[in-house]
Amino acid sequence: MAVFYILLLFMIIAAIIAVETDNLLSSVICVGAIGFGGSLIFLFLRAPDIAITQIVVEVLGLIILIRATISRDRTFITGDREFFGMVVSIVIIFVIFLAGMKVFETLPTFGTPIFATVGDSASQAYISEGMQKTGATNLVTSVILDFRAYDTLGEATVLFTSIIGATVILRRKAKKLPEEPDQ
Amino acid sequence: MLYALCFLLFTIGLYCAVTKKNMVKIVIGIMVMEYAVNLFLIMLGYRMGGVAPIIGRSDLESGLGGFVNKSVDPLPQALVLTAIVISLGSLALMISICVRTYEKYGTFDITQIRRLKG
Repeated sequence: MAVFYILLLFMIIAAIIAVETDNLLSSVICVGAIGFGGSLIFLFLRAPDIAITQIVVEVLGLIILIRATISRDRTFITGDREFFGMVVSIVIIFVIFLAGMKVFETLPTFGTPIFATVGDSASQAYISEGMQKTGATNLVTSVILDFRAYDTLGEATVLFTSIIGATVILRRKAKKLPEEPDQ
Repeated sequence: MLYALCFLLFTIGLYCAVTKKNMVKIVIGIMVMEYAVNLFLIMLGYRMGGVAPIIGRSDLESGLGGFVNKSVDPLPQALVLTAIVISLGSLALMISICVRTYEKYGTFDITQIRRLKG
Protein backbone atom coordinates (compact mmCIF):
# COMPACT_ATOMS: atom_id res chain seq x y z
CA MET A 1 0.00 0.00 0.00
CA ALA A 2 2.78 2.44 0.90
CA VAL A 3 4.56 1.78 -2.39
CA PHE A 4 1.60 3.23 -4.30
CA TYR A 5 1.76 6.46 -2.31
CA ILE A 6 5.54 6.75 -2.78
CA LEU A 7 5.36 6.17 -6.54
CA LEU A 8 2.38 8.51 -7.01
CA LEU A 9 4.11 11.28 -5.03
CA PHE A 10 7.20 10.73 -7.20
CA MET A 11 5.04 11.10 -10.32
CA ILE A 12 3.37 14.26 -8.99
CA ILE A 13 6.70 15.87 -8.09
CA ALA A 14 8.08 15.01 -11.53
CA ALA A 15 4.94 16.49 -13.13
CA ILE A 16 5.30 19.74 -11.16
CA ILE A 17 8.95 20.05 -12.23
CA ALA A 18 8.03 19.25 -15.85
CA VAL A 19 5.35 21.94 -15.82
CA GLU A 20 7.28 24.68 -14.06
CA THR A 21 10.85 24.46 -15.38
CA ASP A 22 11.90 26.85 -18.14
CA ASN A 23 14.34 24.53 -19.87
CA LEU A 24 12.38 22.45 -22.38
CA LEU A 25 14.84 19.53 -22.48
CA SER A 26 14.71 18.96 -18.71
CA SER A 27 10.93 19.21 -18.92
CA VAL A 28 10.92 16.38 -21.49
CA ILE A 29 13.20 14.30 -19.26
CA CYS A 30 10.79 14.82 -16.34
CA VAL A 31 7.99 13.48 -18.57
CA GLY A 32 10.14 10.36 -18.96
CA ALA A 33 10.36 10.14 -15.16
CA ILE A 34 6.54 10.29 -14.93
CA GLY A 35 6.18 7.55 -17.54
CA PHE A 36 8.65 5.15 -15.96
CA GLY A 37 7.17 5.77 -12.49
CA GLY A 38 3.79 4.93 -14.02
CA SER A 39 5.25 1.75 -15.49
CA LEU A 40 6.50 0.69 -12.03
CA ILE A 41 3.12 1.41 -10.45
CA PHE A 42 1.40 -0.68 -13.14
CA LEU A 43 3.72 -3.55 -12.19
CA PHE A 44 2.68 -3.25 -8.54
CA LEU A 45 -0.99 -3.04 -9.57
CA ARG A 46 -0.63 -6.56 -11.08
CA ALA A 47 -0.78 -5.39 -14.70
CA PRO A 48 2.45 -6.69 -16.33
CA ASP A 49 1.19 -6.28 -19.92
CA ILE A 50 0.49 -2.60 -19.37
CA ALA A 51 3.89 -2.11 -17.73
CA ILE A 52 5.75 -3.60 -20.72
CA THR A 53 3.72 -1.57 -23.24
CA GLN A 54 4.19 1.59 -21.19
CA ILE A 55 8.00 1.18 -21.23
CA VAL A 56 8.09 0.68 -25.03
CA VAL A 57 5.71 3.59 -25.72
CA GLU A 58 7.61 5.79 -23.25
CA VAL A 59 10.94 5.23 -25.00
CA LEU A 60 9.41 5.97 -28.42
CA GLY A 61 7.62 9.06 -27.08
CA LEU A 62 10.81 10.38 -25.50
CA ILE A 63 12.62 9.98 -28.82
CA ILE A 64 9.83 11.93 -30.59
CA LEU A 65 9.80 14.68 -27.94
CA ILE A 66 13.58 15.07 -27.90
CA ARG A 67 13.60 15.22 -31.72
CA ALA A 68 11.16 18.11 -31.46
CA THR A 69 13.06 20.09 -28.80
CA ILE A 70 16.76 19.51 -29.42
CA SER A 71 18.76 22.14 -31.34
CA ARG A 72 15.83 24.54 -31.43
CA ASP A 73 17.49 27.79 -30.42
CA ARG A 74 14.48 29.70 -29.07
CA THR A 75 12.99 27.19 -26.66
CA PHE A 76 13.22 29.46 -23.60
CA ILE A 77 9.90 31.24 -23.24
CA THR A 78 9.38 33.17 -20.02
CA GLY A 79 6.21 34.63 -18.62
CA ASP A 80 2.68 33.29 -18.59
CA ARG A 81 -0.43 34.46 -20.37
CA GLU A 82 -2.25 37.55 -19.16
CA PHE A 83 -3.02 37.67 -15.46
CA PHE A 84 -6.83 37.74 -15.46
CA GLY A 85 -7.29 34.73 -17.71
CA MET A 86 -4.79 32.74 -15.69
CA VAL A 87 -6.57 33.46 -12.39
CA VAL A 88 -9.92 32.48 -13.91
CA SER A 89 -8.51 29.22 -15.27
CA ILE A 90 -6.91 28.33 -11.93
CA VAL A 91 -10.21 28.95 -10.12
CA ILE A 92 -12.08 26.78 -12.65
CA ILE A 93 -9.51 23.97 -12.30
CA PHE A 94 -9.85 24.15 -8.49
CA VAL A 95 -13.65 23.89 -8.75
CA ILE A 96 -13.25 20.85 -11.05
CA PHE A 97 -10.92 19.30 -8.45
CA LEU A 98 -13.47 19.80 -5.64
CA ALA A 99 -16.25 18.32 -7.79
CA GLY A 100 -14.03 15.31 -8.50
CA MET A 101 -13.49 14.82 -4.76
CA LYS A 102 -17.28 14.60 -4.31
CA VAL A 103 -17.47 12.00 -7.10
CA PHE A 104 -14.75 9.84 -5.53
CA GLU A 105 -16.88 9.47 -2.37
CA THR A 106 -19.40 7.44 -4.39
CA LEU A 107 -16.75 4.98 -5.64
CA PRO A 108 -15.87 1.84 -3.67
CA THR A 109 -12.65 2.10 -1.67
CA PHE A 110 -9.32 1.23 -3.26
CA GLY A 111 -8.75 -2.52 -3.37
CA THR A 112 -12.39 -3.63 -3.62
CA PRO A 113 -13.27 -3.52 -7.34
CA ILE A 114 -16.84 -3.14 -8.54
CA PHE A 115 -16.80 -6.24 -10.72
CA ALA A 116 -16.23 -8.52 -7.74
CA THR A 117 -19.37 -7.36 -5.92
CA VAL A 118 -21.73 -7.29 -8.91
CA GLY A 119 -22.62 -10.83 -9.80
CA ASP A 120 -22.61 -11.93 -13.45
CA SER A 121 -20.48 -9.02 -14.72
CA ALA A 122 -18.54 -9.11 -17.98
CA SER A 123 -15.15 -9.26 -16.26
CA GLN A 124 -16.13 -12.28 -14.19
CA ALA A 125 -17.30 -14.05 -17.34
CA TYR A 126 -13.97 -13.26 -19.02
CA ILE A 127 -12.02 -14.61 -16.06
CA SER A 128 -14.01 -17.80 -15.61
CA GLU A 129 -14.68 -18.68 -19.27
CA GLY A 130 -11.84 -17.01 -21.17
CA MET A 131 -9.59 -20.03 -20.83
CA GLN A 132 -12.07 -22.51 -22.30
CA LYS A 133 -13.40 -20.18 -25.00
CA THR A 134 -10.16 -18.79 -26.41
CA GLY A 135 -7.40 -21.10 -25.17
CA ALA A 136 -5.25 -18.21 -23.94
CA THR A 137 -3.89 -18.38 -20.41
CA ASN A 138 -3.24 -14.63 -20.40
CA LEU A 139 -6.72 -13.17 -19.99
CA VAL A 140 -5.72 -9.68 -21.20
CA THR A 141 -4.64 -11.21 -24.50
CA SER A 142 -7.88 -13.15 -24.76
CA VAL A 143 -9.87 -9.93 -24.25
CA ILE A 144 -7.99 -7.73 -26.73
CA LEU A 145 -7.54 -10.36 -29.45
CA ASP A 146 -10.75 -12.37 -29.18
CA PHE A 147 -13.62 -10.93 -27.11
CA ARG A 148 -13.01 -7.32 -28.14
CA ALA A 149 -11.04 -7.75 -31.35
CA TYR A 150 -12.94 -4.96 -33.10
CA ASP A 151 -11.44 -2.57 -30.53
CA THR A 152 -7.98 -3.64 -31.61
CA LEU A 153 -8.93 -3.19 -35.27
CA GLY A 154 -10.09 0.35 -34.49
CA GLU A 155 -6.88 0.99 -32.59
CA ALA A 156 -4.81 -0.02 -35.62
CA THR A 157 -6.97 2.24 -37.82
CA VAL A 158 -6.46 5.24 -35.52
CA LEU A 159 -2.72 4.57 -35.31
CA PHE A 160 -2.28 4.41 -39.10
CA THR A 161 -4.46 7.49 -39.61
CA SER A 162 -2.34 9.52 -37.20
CA ILE A 163 0.87 8.32 -38.87
CA ILE A 164 -0.52 9.33 -42.30
CA GLY A 165 -1.40 12.74 -40.84
CA ALA A 166 2.08 13.20 -39.39
CA THR A 167 3.67 12.20 -42.72
CA VAL A 168 1.55 14.68 -44.66
CA ILE A 169 2.27 17.49 -42.19
CA LEU A 170 6.02 16.87 -42.17
CA ARG A 171 6.34 16.61 -45.98
CA ARG A 172 8.42 19.47 -47.37
CA LYS A 173 7.20 19.63 -50.96
CA ALA A 174 3.71 19.13 -52.27
CA LYS A 175 3.32 16.39 -54.86
CA LYS A 176 1.44 18.72 -57.19
CA LEU A 177 2.06 22.39 -57.97
CA PRO A 178 -0.76 24.79 -57.00
CA GLU A 179 -1.34 25.90 -60.59
CA GLU A 180 -1.84 22.37 -61.89
CA PRO A 181 -5.50 21.42 -62.33
CA ASP A 182 -7.10 18.63 -60.34
CA GLN A 183 -7.58 15.34 -62.11
CA MET B 1 -6.98 8.93 -1.13
CA LEU B 2 -5.04 7.30 -3.97
CA TYR B 3 -7.81 8.36 -6.33
CA ALA B 4 -7.38 11.94 -5.09
CA LEU B 5 -3.63 11.89 -5.78
CA CYS B 6 -4.33 10.52 -9.25
CA PHE B 7 -6.81 13.33 -9.87
CA LEU B 8 -4.23 15.84 -8.61
CA LEU B 9 -1.89 14.56 -11.34
CA PHE B 10 -4.70 15.10 -13.87
CA THR B 11 -5.27 18.69 -12.69
CA ILE B 12 -1.53 19.44 -12.95
CA GLY B 13 -1.70 18.35 -16.59
CA LEU B 14 -4.85 20.43 -17.16
CA TYR B 15 -3.20 23.50 -15.61
CA CYS B 16 -0.17 23.03 -17.86
CA ALA B 17 -2.28 22.66 -21.00
CA VAL B 18 -4.43 25.71 -20.21
CA THR B 19 -2.00 28.34 -18.91
CA LYS B 20 1.34 27.74 -20.65
CA LYS B 21 2.49 29.63 -23.73
CA ASN B 22 4.97 27.09 -25.05
CA MET B 23 3.52 24.62 -27.58
CA VAL B 24 5.65 21.71 -26.36
CA LYS B 25 4.54 22.45 -22.79
CA ILE B 26 0.92 22.11 -23.91
CA VAL B 27 1.71 18.72 -25.47
CA ILE B 28 3.42 17.70 -22.21
CA GLY B 29 0.31 18.70 -20.25
CA ILE B 30 -1.87 16.52 -22.48
CA MET B 31 0.54 13.61 -21.94
CA VAL B 32 0.38 14.02 -18.15
CA MET B 33 -3.43 13.92 -18.35
CA GLU B 34 -3.23 10.68 -20.36
CA TYR B 35 -0.98 9.06 -17.74
CA ALA B 36 -3.37 10.07 -14.95
CA VAL B 37 -6.45 8.67 -16.70
CA ASN B 38 -4.75 5.36 -17.56
CA LEU B 39 -3.55 4.98 -13.98
CA PHE B 40 -7.01 5.72 -12.59
CA LEU B 41 -8.67 3.08 -14.78
CA ILE B 42 -6.16 0.43 -13.75
CA MET B 43 -6.61 1.39 -10.08
CA LEU B 44 -10.37 0.88 -10.35
CA GLY B 45 -9.83 -2.80 -11.22
CA TYR B 46 -7.22 -3.56 -8.55
CA ARG B 47 -8.11 -6.09 -5.88
CA MET B 48 -6.22 -5.97 -2.60
CA GLY B 49 -3.80 -8.88 -2.52
CA GLY B 50 -4.85 -9.98 -6.00
CA VAL B 51 -2.83 -11.73 -8.68
CA ALA B 52 -2.20 -10.79 -12.31
CA PRO B 53 -4.86 -12.11 -14.74
CA ILE B 54 -2.62 -14.88 -16.05
CA ILE B 55 -3.67 -18.47 -15.36
CA GLY B 56 -0.77 -20.53 -14.04
CA ARG B 57 -0.30 -24.29 -13.82
CA SER B 58 -1.25 -24.44 -10.14
CA ASP B 59 -4.53 -22.62 -10.85
CA LEU B 60 -5.39 -25.16 -13.54
CA GLU B 61 -4.72 -28.09 -11.23
CA SER B 62 -6.81 -26.68 -8.37
CA GLY B 63 -9.67 -25.55 -10.62
CA LEU B 64 -10.58 -22.04 -11.75
CA GLY B 65 -13.03 -21.32 -8.90
CA GLY B 66 -10.36 -19.91 -6.60
CA PHE B 67 -8.77 -17.92 -9.42
CA VAL B 68 -12.00 -15.99 -10.08
CA ASN B 69 -11.98 -14.73 -6.49
CA LYS B 70 -8.38 -13.47 -6.45
CA SER B 71 -7.61 -12.19 -9.98
CA VAL B 72 -7.62 -8.46 -10.75
CA ASP B 73 -9.95 -7.10 -13.45
CA PRO B 74 -8.63 -7.90 -16.98
CA LEU B 75 -11.09 -5.66 -18.85
CA PRO B 76 -9.68 -2.20 -17.94
CA GLN B 77 -6.18 -3.54 -18.56
CA ALA B 78 -7.10 -4.56 -22.11
CA LEU B 79 -8.76 -1.21 -22.86
CA VAL B 80 -5.92 0.83 -21.33
CA LEU B 81 -3.48 -1.14 -23.49
CA THR B 82 -5.36 0.21 -26.52
CA ALA B 83 -5.39 3.74 -25.09
CA ILE B 84 -1.62 3.78 -24.46
CA VAL B 85 -0.83 2.85 -28.07
CA ILE B 86 -3.28 5.45 -29.41
CA SER B 87 -1.68 8.11 -27.18
CA LEU B 88 1.63 7.44 -28.95
CA GLY B 89 -0.03 8.10 -32.33
CA SER B 90 -1.62 11.34 -31.15
CA LEU B 91 1.71 12.43 -29.62
CA ALA B 92 3.45 11.93 -32.98
CA LEU B 93 0.75 13.99 -34.73
CA MET B 94 0.92 16.86 -32.19
CA ILE B 95 4.73 16.97 -32.24
CA SER B 96 4.81 17.04 -36.04
CA ILE B 97 2.44 20.05 -35.96
CA CYS B 98 4.80 21.73 -33.45
CA VAL B 99 7.86 21.05 -35.63
CA ARG B 100 6.22 22.50 -38.75
CA THR B 101 5.07 25.55 -36.81
CA TYR B 102 8.61 26.11 -35.56
CA GLU B 103 9.97 25.86 -39.10
CA LYS B 104 7.49 28.48 -40.31
CA TYR B 105 7.55 30.99 -37.43
CA GLY B 106 10.86 30.29 -35.66
CA THR B 107 9.32 30.02 -32.20
CA PHE B 108 7.19 27.78 -30.00
CA ASP B 109 5.44 30.75 -28.39
CA ILE B 110 1.74 30.63 -29.25
CA THR B 111 1.26 34.36 -28.63
CA GLN B 112 3.79 35.10 -31.40
CA ILE B 113 1.99 32.94 -33.94
CA ARG B 114 -0.58 35.40 -35.22
CA ARG B 115 -0.35 35.21 -39.00
CA LEU B 116 -2.52 32.16 -39.52
CA LYS B 117 -2.40 31.75 -43.29
CA GLY B 118 -1.57 28.78 -45.44
